[in-house]
Amino acid sequence: MKTPVIKANKLTKRFGDFFAVNEISFEVYPGEIFGFLGANGAGKTTAMRMLCGLSIPTGGEAQVAGYNVFTDTEKIKKNIGYMSQKFSLYEDLTVLENINFFGGIYGLTDKQIKEKSEKLIAQLGMGSEAKKLVGSLPLGWKQKLAFSVSILHDPKIVFLDEPTGGVDPITRRQFWDLIYDAADNGISVFVTTHYMDEAEYCNRISMMVDGKIMALDSPANLKKQFSVASMDEVFFELARGAKRKAD
Amino acid sequence: MKQFLVFVKKEFYHVFRDRKTLLMLFGLPIVQIMLFGFALTNEVKNSKIVVVDYAKDVSSQKIIHKIESSNNFEVEKALLGYNEIEAAFKEGKIKLALVFPSNFNKDLMHLNKSQVQIIADASDPNTGNTLTNYVTSIIMDYQKELMTNANVPYAISPEIRMMYNPELKGAPNFVPGVMALVLMLICVMMTSVSIVKEKEKGTMEILLVSPFKPFLVIISKAVPYLMISWVNVCIILLLAVFALGMPIKGSIFLLFAESTLLIITALSLGLLISTQTESQQTAMLVSLMGMMLPTMLFAGFMFPIENMPVPLQVVSNAVPAKWYYIIVKSIMVKGLGFSAIWKETLILMGMTMFFLLISFKKFKIRLA
Repeated sequence: MKTPVIKANKLTKRFGDFFAVNEISFEVYPGEIFGFLGANGAGKTTAMRMLCGLSIPTGGEAQVAGYNVFTDTEKIKKNIGYMSQKFSLYEDLTVLENINFFGGIYGLTDKQIKEKSEKLIAQLGMGSEAKKLVGSLPLGWKQKLAFSVSILHDPKIVFLDEPTGGVDPITRRQFWDLIYDAADNGISVFVTTHYMDEAEYCNRISMMVDGKIMALDSPANLKKQFSVASMDEVFFELARGAKRKAD
Repeated sequence: MKQFLVFVKKEFYHVFRDRKTLLMLFGLPIVQIMLFGFALTNEVKNSKIVVVDYAKDVSSQKIIHKIESSNNFEVEKALLGYNEIEAAFKEGKIKLALVFPSNFNKDLMHLNKSQVQIIADASDPNTGNTLTNYVTSIIMDYQKELMTNANVPYAISPEIRMMYNPELKGAPNFVPGVMALVLMLICVMMTSVSIVKEKEKGTMEILLVSPFKPFLVIISKAVPYLMISWVNVCIILLLAVFALGMPIKGSIFLLFAESTLLIITALSLGLLISTQTESQQTAMLVSLMGMMLPTMLFAGFMFPIENMPVPLQVVSNAVPAKWYYIIVKSIMVKGLGFSAIWKETLILMGMTMFFLLISFKKFKIRLA
């Protein structure tokens, strides 16, 4: 068994007497696509923030890329990529300027940035758009670009927070091709989504309800376990028991 | 360090790509100076003045005639004693009194110099100053005429007395006020908007997840506005000196140092606003209402603080622009050095520390 990239053990975040995240335990392995599902308000975002070093847990323990989430948040930040549900490149900068900027703040050298941006632009087939403002690109392209930029510095793991919101199914499929590429290159992918067809693309899925992980397995096993035909139904089965209201 | 430079470069892209904002950034000081310098000067017409002519000689008559025909004044001739003049001022009947001493012409012809007294109601400093200038220039005009006729240097020295507001606090010194206003507006509004914009667009999250230090985010955001503000200080000073003929009496270096201090105060205030607001519109509104109005009202350049009720005077102490206004006026108008303004400087520094402390605290809370 390979050493896990993320190792969470009874990880907890508590605000007063409210347990946003309540003793979750799981592991994510190199090159794995890990789906992190749950209804709104189930605690997904809080959990993700703790793993990204943005929020200090109140209990349990976790390691990301080999570093402790309590003490080594700065080292964690260097080894992870992140892309959020909101579009997250600068619209008033060109494609190349965005790449240079994000490469720069992750401390890549000019040479590395140049090589990587050439490769990235070729891979996305954006040669003629490289000097256009990102704001003028169609949404699907922006998101593919945002994903590519988020793994520019070769992180061990990339966190995707509902990356495909508002995108048509074809572009979503293309987006997932990029995710598979990244996973094939050994980058672990930690993805939250509300699209159950996307959940099927993941290697393993965890389902969060009221701050706890209620199920964790491959999509096929989950369907078998709940004796249903689709991930949609698995989701409903689990989310129905939720007491917390969505926000 | 390289990370920092990359970030600052990005901020400059933001500033220069947004043409409209850029126009505002550099247009604002120019428009303000022009507005206050030219459009808002009181063109005083038909003001009531009283001429007290103890001389009743050729020269005084000629000057009075010139004043009457200038159509700026409604001249009343009366031989009033000093107390009566003051009474007339108090009743608001007259705006200015011109007093010729009894030996006006005699002195002028024999001694080649003579005196005339101008007393102005300076409770409205703008008007008082304008009227005095008019009358003085008319007298100087007459003096020139005399000089061309005879080759003797005649000197009439008007002795000017500003009543009620002898230092003429307020009007002619609006340049320091405009500096305070422009710097506050640009720095507070632009920093708060540009930080909130990152929050609104979701890029702040990306930055926080990156190894780039949050406090560096803030510093890099401040750099372009610091530079733009310096440029603006230059523009205002150049306009003041060359378009308005206002000299800078004190040290320019000190002026820039103090301006930088106010810029930093404003930037930290902008930061504080940005930690409290979630949308660009709110940030802009708060900056406008929270900055522009108090700065205009309480800096002291539009309305003399001394004339305000005590509670408002107390409130005015919380406005950074007030202290900056005092500092700039001391340097520019009075030509004073640092020893005269260290207290005000200290107050501004204290305010800056206070704003920074709160905003960093709030910033951290948001992160936790």
